[in-house]
Amino acid sequence: MTRGIIGYGVHVPYYRLQRSAIGTALGAGGGTGTRAVASYDEDATSMSVEAARAALRSFDAPTPAAIYFTSSTPPYLDKTNANAIHAALHYPSDVLAVDMAGSVRSTTGAVTAALHDRRPILVTAADVRTGRPGSGDEAQLGDAGAAVMIGSDDDAPVIAEWVGSATATREFLDRWRSPGWNYSRVWEERFGESVYRPLVAEAATKVFKDTELSAADVDRVVVSGLHARSVRSAAGAAGVGAVPMAEDLTTTIGMTGSAHSLLALANVLDTAQPHETIMLITLADGCDVSLFRTTEAITDYTPANPVAAQIAAGNDGLDYATFLTWRGFLDREPPRRPDPVPPAGPPSERNVEWKFALVGSRDRSTGAVHLPPQRVSVKGGAVDDMEMVPMADVEATVATYTIDRLAYSPSPPTIAVVIDFDGGGRFTSELTDADPDEVHIGLRVRMTFRNTLTADGVQNYFWKATPIR
Amino acid sequence: MGSRGIKDQVAIVGMGCTAFGEHFDRSIEDMIIEAAHAAYDSAGVAQDDVDAFWFGTLGSGTSGLTISKPLKIDYKPVTRVENMCATGSEAFRNAAYAVASGAFDVVVAIGAEKLKDNGMSGLVGTQLPDDGTKTNITAPASFSLLAPAYGEKYGVDRDTMKEVMTRIAWKNHFNGARNPRAQFQKEVSTETICNAPLVAGDLGIFDCSGVSDGAAAAVLVRAEDAHRYCDNPLYVKALAFTSGPGAGPLDPDYDYTTFNEVARCAQDAYEQAGVSDPRTEIAMAEVHDCFTPTELVLMEDLQFSSRGEGWQDVLAGTFDLDGELPVNPDGGLKSFGHPIGASGLRMLFECWLQLRKEAPPERQILSVEKGKTLGMTHNLGGRPGECVSFAAIVGSELG
Repeated sequence: MTRGIIGYGVHVPYYRLQRSAIGTALGAGGGTGTRAVASYDEDATSMSVEAARAALRSFDAPTPAAIYFTSSTPPYLDKTNANAIHAALHYPSDVLAVDMAGSVRSTTGAVTAALHDRRPILVTAADVRTGRPGSGDEAQLGDAGAAVMIGSDDDAPVIAEWVGSATATREFLDRWRSPGWNYSRVWEERFGESVYRPLVAEAATKVFKDTELSAADVDRVVVSGLHARSVRSAAGAAGVGAVPMAEDLTTTIGMTGSAHSLLALANVLDTAQPHETIMLITLADGCDVSLFRTTEAITDYTPANPVAAQIAAGNDGLDYATFLTWRGFLDREPPRRPDPVPPAGPPSERNVEWKFALVGSRDRSTGAVHLPPQRVSVKGGAVDDMEMVPMADVEATVATYTIDRLAYSPSPPTIAVVIDFDGGGRFTSELTDADPDEVHIGLRVRMTFRNTLTADGVQNYFWKATPIR
Repeated sequence: MGSRGIKDQVAIVGMGCTAFGEHFDRSIEDMIIEAAHAAYDSAGVAQDDVDAFWFGTLGSGTSGLTISKPLKIDYKPVTRVENMCATGSEAFRNAAYAVASGAFDVVVAIGAEKLKDNGMSGLVGTQLPDDGTKTNITAPASFSLLAPAYGEKYGVDRDTMKEVMTRIAWKNHFNGARNPRAQFQKEVSTETICNAPLVAGDLGIFDCSGVSDGAAAAVLVRAEDAHRYCDNPLYVKALAFTSGPGAGPLDPDYDYTTFNEVARCAQDAYEQAGVSDPRTEIAMAEVHDCFTPTELVLMEDLQFSSRGEGWQDVLAGTFDLDGELPVNPDGGLKSFGHPIGASGLRMLFECWLQLRKEAPPERQILSVEKGKTLGMTHNLGGRPGECVSFAAIVGSELG
């Protein structure tokens, strides 16, 4: 049975930092181009949800047997981050949700496990990459999420068939970060390259041998890794130096860690034709090489929000001080207001469908939609005659709005909008990824999953509105 | 039917009200003692003459002990009530019903709030632990939602809306400047108001009521007993209260240009009092001007202006101190300040002064001289689309 990629999607955050802004502020560093910046209300989990939603809007997706969440910047330890993704996607309880977190190589692990499975598996990968002010990491890395659903033809048409994979693992000290650090340390990069090159050659040789293919059969090479010097030389080391290289997205988005291999692959798939052989080389504490071949089915696959479109929609007006504040490197004076309060466990669990999946209730007799769900209808007062109605993918229109300059926010001012959903239902929401000047009555918005605040170590996930662009 | 009302059954025979403001030198107990004893003295009663107490505070204490301990009340019933920003009015309403029921002869309603000890900007609420899905916007932000919606519905452009809001703030500061108990006793120019730093939406700091400390109290007796205590009592003509389904945030039919709770509550009050044309029959109104757009919308909900015309009446000076229907002659929440539990009783205190012609000459309203005898007080608590509303009508004459 054919096995491979049956669906994929990405989330590139709205904001971009112009690298030149770093040099302007610090007198050195930065460089050219932009990096993608997760908004203050995004993290690896929320970006995973958005990437998965982009994927699920793109094809007739089966319910997966499992969600594998990978990240080198997981919001929680001890608590499984994938459960919030599971809840946000409104999956039933028999879907396994697990984290493969810590190192960037976890993404390779999750995809490999999924490929060797026989059931549909959803892999989400996301990182919020930070570096100390002025560092290369700060400028060159980026934030994004990516999701891929691996399955077989009886789940959904396979659009990129898995041809084969090979691995080369070796212990060496290249890049490391202790829990709690908000930046990484790296060894001198020429040492890393001296280790990576033979590992790339080893894995590539093995995958060609196992699949009985050669470099001449490869149409496109995708290389992803945090070790930039080795990434540049990887195609040569793999013997595919003559094959067209895929755009590495570092100029516009930056290297996005755990998400990057899937992000770059998604960018290739967005425009791929049938019967293209794609080689994915991932460098992360070893080298993993996979071959995929696109199928006829890819012509019918319409990505809901392609990588190029998300790159084009970015806002590169983010100032460096705001960027530093969002990432916690600049501790700014808060308003003279109470500290934010974390959500409580029992009500969050009771209302899990509402809180995580934005499920409201619809009065069966009048059709009135209620957000949050109500037991007694606001129209007619019928009691307990409601059906659950998922609202996350319903678009809405701003009925009235305000800019709250007094409320606590990690990025003031708060924009609040009263929104009326198409087909019924109203909610008062925060508007995110928006400028106060663009808000007006009649503005069209869609819902996006966010981390609204962190208090006492609790990540408060909920939905916000964002302008449809 | 709805409410029967208790028109002319209960009278106010004494009132007291502290100055409102940032009383860093006074505790909640100090203010309670001052307001209570001012009311006793005003009515010529001793504390031991009072049979029961109703005490309103939003968050400056719980239970009757909050007043019985500082006042050393001699083992009498004390009921503590809370109904958000209508808390002071709620204490008065229930005290009035206690008198009307015949259960007690002399009852005191007292409201107090200590807001300035927490070191925060604006009001700070407390709420049950929740699921973290409520959109965290402040009170000024939630009331500022009214302005763009009103402008959109009635074709009033943004600059004119700002002018209307500014006019309301200017008026209430003008009135407060003539009130020695007010938190802000200073006229403020429209330029200053209009150009003040923004707090929420188009609301600047002068569009927001004062956060303050204060207390106020009233002594209530049966109407037939009133003249034993007082030559010129005020009679309770109407007491109305509504708490609704909170439909606004749920129902797209709600358009953020009205408070349904207030409209229903006001209509009930007018029916109880037998008022058919509020704009001409009412001598003065103290309304809940927590933010300037609130006062604008209230002019229509209270039937002082036709729908969509309140903004024109504001600009025409209809509600000025010397206007056709003076609104907030004491400066309102805007200028007098808003110690939550005290505010409803503070509004009645202004009726007490004005209808009995005891207001300072510089702010005594002319409508009373012309023979009008009715005063209205109005509070709301909550936010647009989901609030509680109180309305009272009091008068200086029976019948």
